[in-house]
Amino acid sequence: MNRYFRELSVVGALVVVLVAMAIFAPAFFQPQPLLSLVTREAPTLVVACGMALVIISRQIDISVGSIFSVVSVCAGLLAARGWPLALVLPAAAGIGALLGVVNGILVAGLRLPSIVVTLATMVTLRQGLNLVRQGEFVNMPDAVQWFGLPQTNGQWLLVGAALALLVLLGVAMRHVSAGRFVYAVGTDAEAARLAGIRPQLVTLLVFVFLGALTGCAAMMNIVQSPQVQPLSGMGLELKVIAAIVVGGVAISGGRGNLWGAFAGLLLLACVAPALTHLHVEAYWEKAIQGGIILLAVVADGVRSRKGRR
Amino acid sequence: MSAPLLELRQLAKSFGGARALRGVDFDLRAGEVHALLGENGAGKSTLIKIVTGAHQPDTGTITVGGTRVADLTPATARALGIACIYQQPALFPDLTVAENIALRLESGGTLRRLDWTTRTQRAQELLQRVGARIAPSAEVRQLSMPEQQLVEIACALGAGARIVIMDEPTASLTQTEQHLLFAVVRELRKSGVGVIYISHRLEEIFALADRVTVLRDGESVGTHAVTAMDEAGLIRLMVGREVKQLYPPSESAPGETVLALRAVGCTASGVRDVTLELRAGEILGLAGLVGAGRTELARVLFGLTPADAGEITLRGERVTLRSPQDAVARGIAYVPEDRRRHGVVLEMPIEENMTMAIHRRIFRGAWLRFAAERSLALEFIRDLAVKCSGPTAVGGSLSGGNQQKISLARWLATKPRLLILDEPTQGVDVGAKSEIHKIIRRLAKEGLAVLLISSDLPEVLGMCDRIGVMRGGKLCAILPGKSDPHAVMAAALGTAEKGAV
Repeated sequence: MNRYFRELSVVGALVVVLVAMAIFAPAFFQPQPLLSLVTREAPTLVVACGMALVIISRQIDISVGSIFSVVSVCAGLLAARGWPLALVLPAAAGIGALLGVVNGILVAGLRLPSIVVTLATMVTLRQGLNLVRQGEFVNMPDAVQWFGLPQTNGQWLLVGAALALLVLLGVAMRHVSAGRFVYAVGTDAEAARLAGIRPQLVTLLVFVFLGALTGCAAMMNIVQSPQVQPLSGMGLELKVIAAIVVGGVAISGGRGNLWGAFAGLLLLACVAPALTHLHVEAYWEKAIQGGIILLAVVADGVRSRKGRR
Repeated sequence: MSAPLLELRQLAKSFGGARALRGVDFDLRAGEVHALLGENGAGKSTLIKIVTGAHQPDTGTITVGGTRVADLTPATARALGIACIYQQPALFPDLTVAENIALRLESGGTLRRLDWTTRTQRAQELLQRVGARIAPSAEVRQLSMPEQQLVEIACALGAGARIVIMDEPTASLTQTEQHLLFAVVRELRKSGVGVIYISHRLEEIFALADRVTVLRDGESVGTHAVTAMDEAGLIRLMVGREVKQLYPPSESAPGETVLALRAVGCTASGVRDVTLELRAGEILGLAGLVGAGRTELARVLFGLTPADAGEITLRGERVTLRSPQDAVARGIAYVPEDRRRHGVVLEMPIEENMTMAIHRRIFRGAWLRFAAERSLALEFIRDLAVKCSGPTAVGGSLSGGNQQKISLARWLATKPRLLILDEPTQGVDVGAKSEIHKIIRRLAKEGLAVLLISSDLPEVLGMCDRIGVMRGGKLCAILPGKSDPHAVMAAALGTAEKGAV
């Protein structure tokens, strides 16, 4: 079987949806609304890239939504104080990375289960933010919006940056040693250790990397509007993990790739606008997304059981 | 005379190509302690697993109390009164003693009412019968190892077990605890229970057993009354055979000293005071019983559990090995024991498995060069005669012997000076085994220093230039290559210096 069969099947589903849209609701393909849709998903893609690495290394991070919110507010405050964007962007990535270090040290250093650790950091960060900000919005100077570019240019910049990251990372995961180490640790950490790879270091680094990317994503999000919402990252973790699972990355580690995660993200992102254009009630969105996730998980379960035989 | 409690006739069992049992006869009478003796891999565990219903024999009959049992499952074994007490008790640590006993003994629906009073009473009574002073309300996790064993025995009694199997019960006990256990075993015997007693400690067998059956290479080499035997006789039975001429001859002349250990120890893993030297082109065997510290020593040398005492010298240079990275950088390679778990990554293609330890060398700048990887994999596949559909086949699709070759290839690719092999032919069929032996010989001839850990005594005797014997974490003897197998066994069992014990 083709090594990319699983990813191609998601792409196939996506094509079916797009063709259906082209036939029944061609208005979906109007350039400007489509670009806006894609731009809104660009930050999610950036987080998904980082999350895919974490999941491939057999960990999970459900605190990304909270990290996203915290970085958004911090970056917004810095920008409001008049920091130049050239400083706010690295600061955002840095704060994200720092929070990733916390997760990483708890998981890799103390060998605690990542789902519990990141559940704790998720709640702590979110509640901490609530406490400090009391739900207050941050108003930002106009210069920050779209990096001071005209809107369309800004949108293309965000989409281009996200896609560039995807391609870079997707290629690196297959063609650079570090990528293979992530797979090795996710498949069999003890075997990797005996082969001279440091599984704990790999684990720490994927968490830090995800944190930094989440920081960047938050930055990519706040430039899209004049105000920073205090809890803009709510639910982001579920969205990202769902996209990755739909894209064929095994939650048990070691299997899958970024291309699949990308296809999964697009497929799930299409559901809501498709429903709008087809005049179906929006209540169906979550149900359909849930169905897609379930289908992907069942397909993977059946496949891996067959593989074992 | 009444029928024996248990009678096994011509029991045979194979795992893949390896024949674990080849027609074993065994019988157990009421009120006797029957010891089962044999080297590692002689077939003791397989025999026990068949009796407890965990494995089904390929051929042969099992008769319990005069009735032939066609297919024995764990449930029917229990119903027939067969109970096994393992070295590591299999109790639920978070439940109380009474609850653990109840779980084993009570049956009935999921929703039945629990009668705590009788539960506790029965636990109390059973514990008294085995002479244990343990409160039924105590949590199992707070009990010591021997106390947990007593709880296991209490369970067995409660279940009305007439056949009790004890698998190395004293391995982790102190002297006093042993005596307590022995007293319980004698009680059991007096009450008409038949005990199958497995132990490596010969003195226990003489102290406790009535009869002894020795297994060797999956065959029974005789059942004797203990009073008619002495230690030397038992060792002779266990080792028995001559070393066959299956092994390729040694051709290498040892060169410079590659590895020198002086009083090396590691508190965490129990390795103590190991002093040895290993030269280029030499194969040094490490013999000993399971748990004697051989794998632990290998892990010290590979930096997995760093040494905290003594000196390690590699090619004249004193080194500290704190991690596998240190060890690899200094030319040490370790092919681990459990290749299924830690050697070959089963989901990964062969080629990726082979290059796992040498990324830094063949992929300069960390950019993977698939062509280089492919040619390296093809070279090793040809060189080691790996039977596979190609370099992209996943590790899990290969047979045990071929997986071992992949594991070996990964480490040979690092171009080591010192190769540590931990049970390289365990669970490997005969053909692949002799191929692996030839490869090891060739590597030694090419100047590699090889440390060969093996529980397969003929392998150690046939392959090694010198043989180190370990016991209790210590290197207790270094014997020359073509040693007498009895001498190696005696050293491993510790009977050679009995006065000192």
